Amino acid sequence: MIELRNVAYTYGGAELFSDVSLQMAPGSFQFLTGPSGAGKTTLMKLCYGALTATTGDVQIFGQDARDLDRDAVALARRRVGVVHQDCQFLDHLSLAENVALPLTAAGRANEAAGNLDDLLAWVGLSAQARQLPPSLSGGERQRAALARAVIMSPDVILADEPTGNVDWEMSQRLLTLLVELNRMGKAVFVCTHDLNLIRAAKSQVPARVLRLRDRRLQAAGAEL
Amino acid sequence: MSGAARLPKLLALLAGDAQADRAVPPTGFTARLTVFTAAAMAFLAVFALALSLATGRLAERWGDELARTSTLRISSPAEQMAIQTEAALRVLSTTPGIAEARALTSQEQRDLLSPWFGPELPVELLQVPALIEIVEDADGYDAIGLRARLAAEVPGAVLDDHTRWRRPLIEAAGRLRLMGNVSLLLIAGATAAMITLAAQAALAANAQVIQVLRLVGARDVYIARAFVRRFTLRALTGAAVGTVAGLLGVFLLPSADAAGGFLTGLGFQGWGWLLPLVIPVIAAAIAFVATRQAALRTLNRQS
Repeated sequence: MIELRNVAYTYGGAELFSDVSLQMAPGSFQFLTGPSGAGKTTLMKLCYGALTATTGDVQIFGQDARDLDRDAVALARRRVGVVHQDCQFLDHLSLAENVALPLTAAGRANEAAGNLDDLLAWVGLSAQARQLPPSLSGGERQRAALARAVIMSPDVILADEPTGNVDWEMSQRLLTLLVELNRMGKAVFVCTHDLNLIRAAKSQVPARVLRLRDRRLQAAGAEL
Repeated sequence: MSGAARLPKLLALLAGDAQADRAVPPTGFTARLTVFTAAAMAFLAVFALALSLATGRLAERWGDELARTSTLRISSPAEQMAIQTEAALRVLSTTPGIAEARALTSQEQRDLLSPWFGPELPVELLQVPALIEIVEDADGYDAIGLRARLAAEVPGAVLDDHTRWRRPLIEAAGRLRLMGNVSLLLIAGATAAMITLAAQAALAANAQVIQVLRLVGARDVYIARAFVRRFTLRALTGAAVGTVAGLLGVFLLPSADAAGGFLTGLGFQGWGWLLPLVIPVIAAAIAFVATRQAALRTLNRQS
């Protein structure tokens, strides 16, 4: 579905990483770790067309990312659910409206009515549906971001430090949600520093762990 | 795209999508700026339109009526005045190309002089020339031949066919009309510029909103539409208010009368009162085009 082949990314004249190859197949579950500043978020942005690789090929649903115009990128993003660490909500909209935003933007707002209630119940946020994002806790925001990422039933879920601002218990709940999605056949790709989260996930699904270090992507060691 | 093809899109845009509209937060100063600009420009446009129509009417009147009329002025001693007037009327009645010739009455002369001397003027006691109004037929008359006949038969008669002062007046009216039309174009341009600036400010202030909308798969046209609809409706509302205020201002102007001169005729007549109603529609169309261009350009830059 999404594939990177020998990709390099240079920012401000400095090479962030190079020779990166990666494949997100249906039903796959992958973690990406690495030190801060290694380029994990950048690598994730290449996967949904927010950035363009300096060299190498990025294929998004069979299309070369360089050939995608902005409309095509927008359409591709409807098949990729993205969860950012800072969640990125529209603060003037209620939680329910934020979660339904991908449907609204796709002109399918009428589909939100039934699905939205189920989705909010699934992430445990039914009671907070009418609240504005600034009034939500970190965990609630992360779960809402995950709900928004999956409301279009995307093929791929990309999560950047989804448990960065939540306690252990909440991170386990989020992991459970990701595992459930993966069991539905979604490709899940998670950037994280949280090694405990990775270990917990590996006990539930056959997750692959990658590490971005010294400008290269490599398989993580046996300790993970 | 043709105008006919654009219309359903424009109507769909104005009908709107409440969900999509809410994606962009209402912004304070750009909203007020757009409404105020549209209202002020519409107010000015009403006056520019009134000026354009009034000068158009003036030029037409001067062109049509004065071109077909002449004045014969007879200056002679008081005891000769009636005889010379009779003689002049005889000459005129036998001149080919003249449809009608009649001497102005004392009352008409008093009306002509009253703006300068007041209504109680005793015309009979003054040594004023007699005036004969001449109306041409469609073919017109030979002014040179008539002057020669008058010189022989009515020595105190001077023929004024208005050519000397009619042309500069018509030119002046035409220039005023041109200025009115140029003013309308400048008002439209200034409105477009101000709304473009306001739209750009709103887009810059909502960069984060645009980023989130893009993240969730919104196409540029969807993002632009949310801004375009908002600015179009604001311009429509502001221009409607400005137009009503402008129409009220024109309505309250002193009415045109004989003593007031042509400036008091600055206004609308008959169906002309309906013409300003297109100003809000044009303002909305300008806002639609200006905001759409600004939005798509800004989104292009932000990609």
